[in-house]
Amino acid sequence: MPKVTIDNVSIEVPEGTTILQAARMIGGNLVPPAMCYYTKLDTSGGYCRTCIVKVTQGSERDPRPMPKPVVSCRTTVMDGMVVENITNEELVEARKGVVEFLLINHPLDCPVCDQAGECHLQDLSYENGLSKSRYEFKRREFEMHDIGDKIKLHMNRCILCYRCVKVADQVCDGRVHGVINRGDVAEISTYIQNSVDNDFSGNMIDVCPVGALTDKTFRFKSRVWFAKPMDAHRNCDKCCGKVAVWLSGDDILRVTGRKDKYGEVEDWICNDCRFDKKQKSDWVIEGPRNIDRHSVIAQNKYGVLKQLKIDVSKQKQIGEKAHNK
Amino acid sequence: MLTNRSKVVVDKQMSFVEKLYLPAIIGGLFITFKHFFRKKTTIKYPEVKRELSSVYRGQHVLKRDEQGRENCTACGLCAVACPAEAITMTAAERKPGEEKLYREEKYASVYEINMLRCIFCGLCEEACPKEAIFLTDRIVASDFERGGFIYGKDKLVEPVDNDKRIDLSGRLQAHRKLNS
Repeated sequence: MPKVTIDNVSIEVPEGTTILQAARMIGGNLVPPAMCYYTKLDTSGGYCRTCIVKVTQGSERDPRPMPKPVVSCRTTVMDGMVVENITNEELVEARKGVVEFLLINHPLDCPVCDQAGECHLQDLSYENGLSKSRYEFKRREFEMHDIGDKIKLHMNRCILCYRCVKVADQVCDGRVHGVINRGDVAEISTYIQNSVDNDFSGNMIDVCPVGALTDKTFRFKSRVWFAKPMDAHRNCDKCCGKVAVWLSGDDILRVTGRKDKYGEVEDWICNDCRFDKKQKSDWVIEGPRNIDRHSVIAQNKYGVLKQLKIDVSKQKQIGEKAHNK
Repeated sequence: MLTNRSKVVVDKQMSFVEKLYLPAIIGGLFITFKHFFRKKTTIKYPEVKRELSSVYRGQHVLKRDEQGRENCTACGLCAVACPAEAITMTAAERKPGEEKLYREEKYASVYEINMLRCIFCGLCEEACPKEAIFLTDRIVASDFERGGFIYGKDKLVEPVDNDKRIDLSGRLQAHRKLNS
C-alpha cells in the first residue's frame, strides 16, 4: 500500500486513492476544500481548482517535486509522496487567487439567496478569500429559469462545477441537461428550456455547492438557520427514504438528503420524498441532526439538557438523621 | 476572619450641647436651605427634553432608499444576531409591478420586533448587510397592553414622503467618527 505524507502526517492508503481522499482519511484542517469534487459522482472534480496542493516529492522512486500545484481530487497518490497543503504559504496564497476567480462572476446576493448559511462558496471565501472584490467590470447576467416546476436555476450564481450535470448523467436516466456554450459564456441549461422530469432530478439541488439550483418549494420560506434539521425516514419504493427534514415548529419546510461534513449526501433521495412529503405524519422522525457548532445553522439551537440523575437516598438519610436528633 | 472590616462600636456619652438636639436640627435645616440655591438636577419632562447622545439607541426604523423602496430583504441576519430573540420575520417574493416598493426580489412581508424583549443593544443594526435597520433617538412609547409592544412594519418602516423620513445623518456621522 502506498504511503503518503500530507502536511507532515503520514498515512497508508489503498492503491488508486486520490490525495484528497487520503487527506479526508486523515481529517482535520489539512483537508483541502473542494467545490466540484463529489465522491458519489464518477469523473467529478478537476474544474474548480480549490483543492490544489503542492507535491514536494513525487514518489519514493522519483523524488522530484511536481512543478506546479496539482488538483488533489484527480491526482492519485504514489508511494512516498510528500504533499503540502496548509503548511505551504505559497499554496494558501494560490488558493486565495482561485477563490477570487470563482467569485469574479458570483453576485453578492447572499441576503436573498436561499443557500446562504449552507453555501460552500460562502464558507470557502470566508476561510480563504479576500473580504473585498477587486473586480470592477460587469458580472455575467442571465435570466432566471425554472427547470421543471420544482427546481429554480439562478445561472448568475453558478460556478460551473458540473456536479449537477454529473447527477443528470449518472443518477437520472436519460441526459436532461448540461453545459452549453464555452468559456466566459458557458451556462447550465436544458435543451431549449426543456423541463427536467425525472424521479431523481431533485438531487441536483443537494449537490449544488452554491445557490444556483434551489428548491422552489422552499423558496424564500425561511433561512436555513431558523429551520431545525432532523433525521427522518419513511418507506419509499424508489429511494432509501433516509432524509433530513428541516422543521419550523411542526411544519416541514423542506426535505434534503443527509449531508456529511464535506457536504456530500449519504444517499440520493427521490423527488417524491423531497418535494411531496411535507407532512410530519409522512415521516418517522429519528432525532436532531448533528450540526457543526461553528455553523450558523447551529445558532440559537439549544441542546436538551441531559436529564440529571441525582441520588437522593443519601440526602434523605442525612435529613432523617437531623430530624430525629 | 477573612476581612478586617469590623468596626469597634463606641458607646460614648453625649455632651450637653449634643443632648439639646437643636443645633443638629438647625444644621440639618441649613443644608436643606442651601439646596434651594443650587442648580436644579431635574427637568420638566414633556416641555423640556434632555439632550440625547448622538449614538443613542432607541426605537428602530426600517429605512427606505432614495427611491422610496424598502431596503430590508428579510435575510434574517438581525434576527440571528439578536441576543434577546426579539425579531421575527416572514419573507415573500416580490411580484412584477412591485419594483417601486421593494429594492430586492425578496422582501419582508411581516417584520416584528417585540419591544419588551428588545434590550436595545444595536446588534441588529450591526448585522444588517442592507443598511435597512437602524436604531434611532426616538423613545419607545409606553402602552397599557403587552400586544402594543410588538411593533410591526406599520410602526417600523419609515414613511415614503421625503419630508417625513427619519433623519439619521447625525447618527451615521457619529458612528463614522467612533469607528475611525
